[in-house]
Order: sequence, then C-alpha cells, then structure tokens
Amino acid sequence: MQRFIVVRCFYAVLVLFAVSIIVFVLARASGNPIDTMLPLDATPEQQQVFMELWGLDKSYPEQYFDFLVNAFRGDFGNSVKWADRTAMGLVIERFPLTLKLGAVAIGISVLLAVPIGVLSAVKKDTIFDLNGKVFALLGQATPPFWLGIMLIWIFAVELDFFPTGGDEGISWIILPAITLGWFQVAALMRLVRSAMLEVLETEYVTLARVKGIREWKVVWKHCLRNASIPPLTLFGILAAQVMTGAIVTETVFSLPGTGNLAIEAIRGRDYPVIQAVVVLFAVIYIGMNLAVDILYAYLDPRIRYDRA
Amino acid sequence: MTARNESAMSEPQQDVPNPNLSRREMGVGDVILQVRGLRTWFYTRAGIVKAVDGIDFDLRQGETLGIVGESGCGKSMTARSLLRLVPRPAGRIVSGQILLEGEDLVTKSEEEMRQVRGKRISMILQDPQTSLNPLYTIGNQLREALGQAHRGNSKSMVRRAIDALRSVNVAAPERRLHDYPHQMSGGMKQRVVGAIAISCEPSVIIADEPTTALDVTIQLQYLRLLKEIQENTGLAIIFITHDFGVVARMCDRVAVMYAGRIVEQGPVRELFNNPSHPYTEALMASVPKLEERVEWLYSIEGQPPLLRDLPPGCRFAPRCPEAREQCLAEYPSSHRLSPEHTAHCWRLDTSWQ
Ligand SMILES: Nc1ncnc2c1ncn2[C@@H]1O[C@H](COP(=O)(O)OP(=O)(O)O)[C@@H](O)[C@H]1O
Ligand code: SF4
Ligand SMILES: [Mg+2]
Repeated sequence: MQRFIVVRCFYAVLVLFAVSIIVFVLARASGNPIDTMLPLDATPEQQQVFMELWGLDKSYPEQYFDFLVNAFRGDFGNSVKWADRTAMGLVIERFPLTLKLGAVAIGISVLLAVPIGVLSAVKKDTIFDLNGKVFALLGQATPPFWLGIMLIWIFAVELDFFPTGGDEGISWIILPAITLGWFQVAALMRLVRSAMLEVLETEYVTLARVKGIREWKVVWKHCLRNASIPPLTLFGILAAQVMTGAIVTETVFSLPGTGNLAIEAIRGRDYPVIQAVVVLFAVIYIGMNLAVDILYAYLDPRIRYDRA
Repeated sequence: MTARNESAMSEPQQDVPNPNLSRREMGVGDVILQVRGLRTWFYTRAGIVKAVDGIDFDLRQGETLGIVGESGCGKSMTARSLLRLVPRPAGRIVSGQILLEGEDLVTKSEEEMRQVRGKRISMILQDPQTSLNPLYTIGNQLREALGQAHRGNSKSMVRRAIDALRSVNVAAPERRLHDYPHQMSGGMKQRVVGAIAISCEPSVIIADEPTTALDVTIQLQYLRLLKEIQENTGLAIIFITHDFGVVARMCDRVAVMYAGRIVEQGPVRELFNNPSHPYTEALMASVPKLEERVEWLYSIEGQPPLLRDLPPGCRFAPRCPEAREQCLAEYPSSHRLSPEHTAHCWRLDTSWQ
C-alpha cells in the first residue's frame, strides 16, 4: 500500500513537470508580451530594458529554469493588470470562494447521484428508474450557463428565494452550486446505476443473499463498494469539469472567485495571473486524481496488493 | 420387450400429489423437503419462459438427490426457487408448494425466508472464482454468515470461523481469515464457499454444479469432502450436475430434468440398471468423463426446446428416436416402475404397442 502511494505520488510529480512545460510554452507561443505590455511607440531601448527586467533576453532553457524555480515557490511575478499585487496572491485570495463552490457542487452531485443511481438499479424498469432516466437526459442536455440563468430568473428574480449574485451569507452558494453540480449528477448517476446492475448480477451477491443477509446490507455493503469503482474514475474528470464549470458559473452569478479572475486575466492578457490560475487548476486536478488512485487502492485489495 | 416395460405397463399409476402425504411421511421422520407442482416462470418481452414447469420431488434427511440434465433445462432455477431467490422482477414462482419440514416456503414473507436461507437451506454456487466478494476478507465473509445464526463477541466468532475453515480442511485457518479471495486458489475458494454454506448447520444444502470450474483432482477431493460433511452432520444434499458420472459417485437418488420438468426419477441403482425414459438413456450413453467439461450431448441430436413456446406433447419428442403421433398430442403421465422409480413417457403406457 505504501509503495503504491509512493509510486502514484511520483507519477503526479512527473505530470506536474509536464504541465509546467506546457504552461511555459503556451505563454511564449501566444504572442510577444512586449506587444501588449508596452505602448506601441516604445523605443528599442525601452524594449531592451523591459526584456531584461522580465528575463526575456535569456535563452529558453534558462527562462524555463527560472520559471520552474519561481513557480515552485509560488512566484509567478506581479500581475500586469493589478501591478501592485503578486499573481499568486490574487489567485489565493479568490480561491476560497471557488473551493467552497466546487466542494458544495460535488457534494450535491454525489448526494443526489449515488442514492438515485443505486435505487434505479435496484428498482430497474420501474417508474422510479424511468424517472431517473428522464432526469439524467435533462441533466446532460442542459448547458450550465442556461441552467444558471433559468435558476436566477425563477428562484432569485421571480420567487426572490435567493440573491441573484454576490457572496454574502450561505444562501448565495445554493444556486451556483446546483448549476455547477447539475451536469455531473446525470453522468455520475448513470454510471452508478450501470455499475450497480452489473454487480447485482454477480455470484457473490447471490451468495450474500443465500446467507440470509438483510437486503439493505446486500445492497450497501456487498454491491455499492464494488460498484463505486467505475464511477470513481469519473471523479477525476469531475474535478476538471467543476473547475472549468466554475469559470462559467462564477461569471453568470458574478461571483469573485478564481474562475472569474481567470476571465478577467485573459481579457487583460495578464500572463502571470493566467499562469498562476492554470498551475493551480493543474495541481488540483492532479491532486484529485492522486486521491482517486489512493481511494481505489483503499477500496480494492486487488489493487492494493498486486500493483504496487 | 424388457421386463421393466412389462411391469410398467401392467400397473401404470398416476402421481397425484397427496395432501396427506406430508404429515404421514413426516411421521416416519425422514422426509424433510417436499416439492409439489413447482412452477417458476419468467415474464419476458418475448413471452413467458417456463424455466421450471411443474416438478415434484422429495428429499430425505441424510440423502443426496441428484438433479441432472443439459444446460438450460431449469436446474439452477429449481435450486433458486427453493430459496426463493429467483431473479426479479422477470422471474416468479407461479404455483406449487415447497414444504420444508411441513412448512410451505412459497407463502412465507421475505423476512421469514431470510430466516430459512443459510440456516435451514443453504447453497453452494457454481463458480468459486466469483462466489466470494473480492473486497472483503474470507474472515469477514465467514463471520457474516455465522452471524445469521450465532450471537457472540468477536472473539468467539473468530473461533467459530476458524472451526468452520478447519471443517473443510483448510490448512492454517487462523492465517487464512485475513486473506482476500484473490490470494487463494480456486480449490481453496471452493472450500471457503463450502464452509460458508455449512456454517449455520442447515438441514439442506443445494450444490449447483459445484465442481465444473475446478480441475479433476480437486473436483474429486471436493466431492469427497462434501460426502464427509454429510456423514458427520446428516444433512441432505441436492446435487445439481449435467454429469452422470458424478451422479453415480455422489447420489442416492436422481431426478432427470428436461425442459423444465422431471422426466424420470428414482434410486440411482435402479435408474442405471433400468433407464426408462429415452432422454435418460441418451444422457447415460454420453456419460462425460469427469475430466471433460461437456455442455452438450454427443448422442442426442438437436437442442432442448425453447422454454417459451413448448410443444403440447412430450417435450423430448422432437429429439426422441422413438417418438410417435401420440407423443406429440399429449404430455405423458407418470408411470411407476417401482415404489420409488417413476418416468413420464408414453412408451411405458399400455396403449404403446
Ligand atoms: N433472468 C432470466 N430471464 C429469462 N429467462 C431466464 C432467466 N434466467 C434463466 N432463464 C431461463 O431459464 C431456463 C433455465 O435456466 P437454468 O435453471 O439456469 O438452467 P440450468 O441450470 O439447467 O442450466 C433457461 O433456459 C433460461 O432461458
Ligand atoms: S413420450 Fe414419446 S417422445 Fe416422449 S420420450 Fe417417450 S417415446 Fe419419446
Ligand atoms: Mg445452471
């Protein structure tokens, strides 16, 4: 088990290196920063000073090395748009809101998807299962931005249950989290259902019933743990969806989170901030997948013992 | 004409379920399970699949009853019906009685059935590789079974689990308790499954083709083990197989199933000496060697009929070398060849010349 975790962590670090190279190359490939950061009529001398200031006169490997060392310290330089702030400082300041939003969204989707998926499988081909299917279809056919606007219109404008935007109290988070989680509920639910159906057919579940175990224990002990392994894979992808979804959701609900910051930074060609956001998202994504891998091993002894 | 047919023709008897039978035979103290007119059907989109379609048999304490027949003739569904574990929602027991020590299981509630499963009737499933949950230790799964019948602190449960493993000849049972199924060999898993089946001291065990997935030497070991357990505990075994060789080795009586019905049943010796249904004869003619896995029969042409549109007459008629007009018209009634030996075939009727 320990070896397994060490190996997975090593992979995670490798992936992080790959991400750093991509971020570095993309920043260089998306245009010369001089064009956006200096006035058009800057003299060659001014340009030279600027290049030295940002280290752009060095060779690419040297630039990459500097970038890596600084990135490792969380230093992506100062923001271009908000010149007195560090890029990472801005991102960190905005991050708690996005973290809360993502956590509540994932929480909502798991709390809805797992029970509905399990019950749909247990009650296969009944009205309940049919409703689940319709629900899933609606979920996957609804774009989050549209759902967000609809929720605001119905619950915030017409019914006045929730604020239309802002981050005061706790009620602000409900509509955005539903918007963000909605899409995942459907996918997760269908996956839980199909995994459960497969497990319900197995001999070990029959044996559990032959033993005379209570049905709820058969379902929740013998089936769900086995059936949770395929949906776990989706969980890594879910992390990515939640982060990209956060950009849309925060914009629709005008929440000052990291997603919103990313949009502002892109509009202003604020490279340091964009890099900081991308690296942070990458770290979260890799971290989530690492957590998923470890969870696999925790759930399944075959992974724990065989594949070190 | 052979002697068996003469005797059969002279005294054809109908096998009508007798409501008084149960109490009378209970008096003798040996019949523990009586199945009467059991029908288990599947309601599918394509039609009704009559997987079990009116079967009768008795099981006595300490005996082994073999159920033989080709794949798909309803053996497993018979077994699952006895535990009321027919796949839902398509499958249903539509009629009949399953009398366990006189109590009808068909009318019991789900909760009452739970008290029967494992404790009074248990089952060994076909495939040891997949019968154990891969995510829990052997000890966990054994204790779970033991917990259905025994109360006790965890220490005494562990002791019971170790005893259960020892009773099926698992070496170093203390250490095995912490193993996961994937760390064990197929034969070892089969033993664990056996230990689970007998852990609550049931009076009936159903073994559904328990050795098909094992290799020959382990098969024989396992069959011997089952016999040993039976001698020690006096439990009754229903042994399902498609292999007459194993029947000869294991069983006291045998029921031959074809297309959802029992076509012939009786003591093993009588059936071997005097097979009276053409299907039984064909099965015996193609006794597979223990080392081969035979899912079909060399000597019988054709396939068993689809269980969803069965012919009105004898279900074996399309494949029977002796079939006649009358076989197609009506299902043959039961003919008693000896007190214990019956068969459903028109060939045994007085009208057959
Ligand atoms: N879930 C199901 N739905 C519909 N038909 C089924 C189902 N399970 C089994 N059957 C039918 O029941 C028949 C008997 O199956 P089974 O008892 O497993 O046969 P055996 O054990 O003798 O090989 C099969 O022919 C199959 O068509
Ligand atoms: S009743 Fe007729 S068809 Fe059926 S087994 Fe007997 S002889 Fe063959
Ligand atoms: Mg079977």
